[in-house]
Amino acid sequence: MSDNNRILLFTVAMTFTVALVLGLLFFGLKDKHAENEAVFNKRAILAAVGNYLPTPVDDLSKQQVLDIFNESITSTVIKEDGTEVAGVEADKVQLAKEKKKPESDRNYPLYIYNDGKEDFYILSVYGNGLWDAIWGNIALKGDGATIAGASFDHKGETPGLGAEIKDNKKWSAQFADKRIYDFNGNYTSVIVRKGGAKDPVYEVDGISGATVTANGVSEMLRTGIAKYSTYLEKIQLETPKIKAPADGKMGMLLN
Amino acid sequence: MAEATATQEAVQVKPKSEPLFGKKERALITDPLLDNNPITIQVLGICSALAVTTLVVPSVVMSIAVVAVIAFSSLFTSLLRNSIPKQIRLIVQLVIIAFLVTVVELVLKWLAFPVYKQLSVFIGLIITNCIVMGRLEAFAMANKPWRSLMDGIGNGLGYGAILILVAVIREFFGKGTLFAGSSLAMNFIGPGEEYMLNTTATAGIGSYFSWYANNNLMVLPAAAMFIIGIMIWIQRSYNPKLVDIS
Repeated sequence: MSDNNRILLFTVAMTFTVALVLGLLFFGLKDKHAENEAVFNKRAILAAVGNYLPTPVDDLSKQQVLDIFNESITSTVIKEDGTEVAGVEADKVQLAKEKKKPESDRNYPLYIYNDGKEDFYILSVYGNGLWDAIWGNIALKGDGATIAGASFDHKGETPGLGAEIKDNKKWSAQFADKRIYDFNGNYTSVIVRKGGAKDPVYEVDGISGATVTANGVSEMLRTGIAKYSTYLEKIQLETPKIKAPADGKMGMLLN
Repeated sequence: MAEATATQEAVQVKPKSEPLFGKKERALITDPLLDNNPITIQVLGICSALAVTTLVVPSVVMSIAVVAVIAFSSLFTSLLRNSIPKQIRLIVQLVIIAFLVTVVELVLKWLAFPVYKQLSVFIGLIITNCIVMGRLEAFAMANKPWRSLMDGIGNGLGYGAILILVAVIREFFGKGTLFAGSSLAMNFIGPGEEYMLNTTATAGIGSYFSWYANNNLMVLPAAAMFIIGIMIWIQRSYNPKLVDIS
């Protein structure tokens, strides 16, 4: 009996100590964690317009990331029908949670970056990879139809395979200058093609060994960007259209 | 019972001073590196060795995290070894490991957020790494704190050494790079950062290796199994004494 009491006492003491130390550590570091998380997310958004930043996004300090956000970025939240939602902050919108709401109630964050010459529209997309969620930020040029850059992240894709969507900057750099609308104004999205892109304007190369993740990215882009389409089409009406080449081979135009 | 513990304590208090880094202590650190390696000889911790070794950088961070967790869990277990009730010792060991892994996770999230993001799943899986619990049960429960700490560090390093070696082989032959994702990144197939497939090198050091096509098998977990198997084979044919151990 005394043996049982000893076990009970030890268990209670151990649980209490461990809980206390971890609890203190967790609450002590909570602010730092939140700050890191915020800067991390903002850096990911800036990475999408990386080609148009004054310094490469990886060289920016924490403070610089926050400064650029304060000075050059305006954020808003829109609905699928293109109307802006008042009273909701863009960085509070979590697409994972929005997915659980009925479709007409979902909010979508939109960041507008101005590099001094042009506006860039940064869209957020969310989807599924092989193991878990994947998400990304897609920056569009002022015409609302050409991609300026993209950055991706994931929860649990395999390092060296699916995780390349985030780790391999050369892979995400492929998205620059691809188009999500054809020259007649129809929505096309961008496809990640296994075995290499066949179309230089609407497709990018896949990642060997990560076909499921790559298909997940294609699907995420197709459905995710479509949510912004009403808003984007409004922008497109305000900008002069590029004429399609006469022979109808749209894809070859930018090559 | 009370008498027995009293004499036990008396034995322990005996003022025979032990050197901090005597022969035995050094052996505790160096043995697991080669002749008693947790991966190639004891064949423990294989799962994480297969999972994280596609690239060198995550393997290095993983190794550091595992060394920290084994070392301190050995130390704590050894300090508590006389008061841990025998019936629940495995649960206590598990709590100590889980506690330390959580601390590592919180500290990484504070000091190295991008690395934390990259590794978060695998850091949590250190809890299930059989090397850690194996050392606690086999060594720390029966030895003094200082030696347990040395044993923990030794085994952590032995694990890390194999992890990094496998990662170097897999990244080099599978991706044509080394240390990708860090400031030391080296590239052998293409110019600049182009270590994707579907690219052919035309300039830089890459041009010497442009004939090489990435071996996709190396990127898959199965390759780590083969590499570790070959390591075990080589090690045992050099030292036949090891064959009988397992």
